[in-house]
Amino acid sequence: MDKQVLADDPSKRQKLVLGDHTFASISDVVCKPIESKAPTWWLIGLFASISFLLLLLSMLGYLVWEGVGVWGLNNPVMWGWDLVTFVFWIGIGHAGTLISAILFLFRQKWRTSINRFAEAMTIFAVMCAGLYIGFHVGRFWVAYYLFPVPNSMQMWGNFRSPLLWDLFAVSTYFTISLLFWYVGLVPDLATLRDRAATKTRKIVYGIFSMGWRGANRHWQHYEKAYMILAALSTPLVLSVHSIVSFDFAASQLPGWHTTIFPPYFVAGAIFSGFAMVMTLMLLAREIFGLKDMVTMHHLETMNKIILATGTMVGYAYGMEFFVAWYSGNEYEAFAFVSRAFGPYAWAYWTMVSCNVLFPQLFWFKKIRTSIPIMFVISIIVNIGMWFERFVITVTSLHRDFLPSSWEYYSPTWVEICQFLGSFGLFFTLFLLFLKFLPMIAISEVKGIMPEANPHHGETHHG
Amino acid sequence: MGKSIYGLMAEFDSPGSLMKAAEGLRDSGYKKFETYSPFPIHGMDAAMGLKESVLGWIVLVFGATGLTCGFLLQTWVSVFAYEITVSGKPLFSFQAFVPVCFEVMVLFSGIAAVFGMFALNRLPQLYHSVFNYKRFAIASSHGFFVSVESDDAHYSEVDTTRLLEKLGGKHIETVEA
Repeated sequence: MDKQVLADDPSKRQKLVLGDHTFASISDVVCKPIESKAPTWWLIGLFASISFLLLLLSMLGYLVWEGVGVWGLNNPVMWGWDLVTFVFWIGIGHAGTLISAILFLFRQKWRTSINRFAEAMTIFAVMCAGLYIGFHVGRFWVAYYLFPVPNSMQMWGNFRSPLLWDLFAVSTYFTISLLFWYVGLVPDLATLRDRAATKTRKIVYGIFSMGWRGANRHWQHYEKAYMILAALSTPLVLSVHSIVSFDFAASQLPGWHTTIFPPYFVAGAIFSGFAMVMTLMLLAREIFGLKDMVTMHHLETMNKIILATGTMVGYAYGMEFFVAWYSGNEYEAFAFVSRAFGPYAWAYWTMVSCNVLFPQLFWFKKIRTSIPIMFVISIIVNIGMWFERFVITVTSLHRDFLPSSWEYYSPTWVEICQFLGSFGLFFTLFLLFLKFLPMIAISEVKGIMPEANPHHGETHHG
Repeated sequence: MGKSIYGLMAEFDSPGSLMKAAEGLRDSGYKKFETYSPFPIHGMDAAMGLKESVLGWIVLVFGATGLTCGFLLQTWVSVFAYEITVSGKPLFSFQAFVPVCFEVMVLFSGIAAVFGMFALNRLPQLYHSVFNYKRFAIASSHGFFVSVESDDAHYSEVDTTRLLEKLGGKHIETVEA
């Protein structure tokens, strides 16, 4: 028989839901953590996360009270951990929309097991990023200057600046991601409403599911809306990190002013986002017993994407050096030699080993399918991608055009605590999500089961 | 008599039999009937004889509005409201307006897609007669149902019940409005 025919026949493909699951048992498995009592580890985790959240709030309070002098910024390094961490979080926030939109358009059905999870992660990561970009302006109370609002000073923003584009990109991205997530949740909230054992649950899930009843006339508009949102989010997700990279690329600093930045940043964002999804997913799958829905096939496919994007990032690192040499521009060449061998060489080589070397291990199937190893590598990638933003931001700034202003930058305890605190915000929201909302898209997983096909069970001729 | 009747409802055991039921009702001339499933069923729109969703056109109009608004906002701010020359660039540097035009277009389109979908579906609607059907609680989990409204031209309690039975429907009941 022709191999192509085999590949085109969906029934011959890798099964996406393992075990003897029925539609009812899928609902049971996914709803179980929501309907049972909160486990001890969850309460401990929430307590720890809220402590870090409080740390974040106190650091922000201190920052607003004292001013940006509490950070380690100096002249010429005027962007430090504030910008580094902003780009770090917004990068993580790219995997969710990639999985929900781009993989949807490409009909990658394996996405249904992980998209809800990744979208939640996206929204919380973008909230952390938004917080950073709000506070990095220093005087937080005048952050409204960024928005085009009529004011008594008759002052308006400069639309020729990428920093203002960034504001529009990030706020649009947050709004659209949130809407996309909510639309996906509505049918599942209806499932929770119909299963509700208590009055409060019935009322709360009832209100948020808006009276969804699964009528085909509803599904018809729903699927159209979902398709349109996917089609809009695909260019949106690419535009957001491209615009973030314009913040750097549209300036005239050596090491920033390069045309490779938009694709390089987008690849890095997908890379870091997938690594974060992987870290969180491995934990959740273990704890909640979701192994039938998040199978080894899913994990292996994600590792392949991490390998591919990691290689793209490695290519970009190499190409930056090549162009610095090939352009014959001595300032550009100096910036790159300083990156690799200057005072921040330790950060540069941490970045290269975490992002380029470790993901290459995924070429081996044994490593790609080993849960402990992929867990460690996903964390290494997260660290490496934080360092990438640190290297880009700080190394280009610390060697100014005037050698007398050269300066070394290190963060203060306030910046470090604020960074740790941002994880508190992220994990507080994430733990609440795990407890109160279905972490797997119930209706979408059912839709990809062979039983969901109206022609299932009819005898086929070979 | 007293309470008015919404119509008849029946349960089916699989997506395939639900689709056959929809085709059967469509071919018998029914218009005001509906199928319910925990996930969208591929091919059901044709089986029910539905026209394509108009949502795409709504989004197109809002997207175009967003694009225009984004462009006009930037032009008005840069050229009229706040004439400041930055880096010697012309006030009307339309090339630099592209990213924000795109973002505002996406924002308007996305909001139109979501709220347009809810509006076309007449949601939120927290009360609906079909919820009076006892077995309907499993519709969002693993049940497949059909409802036929009593004000359909072909509706008759006896004949419609017989048709639903013939199509394989179970637990056929009349449902109060």
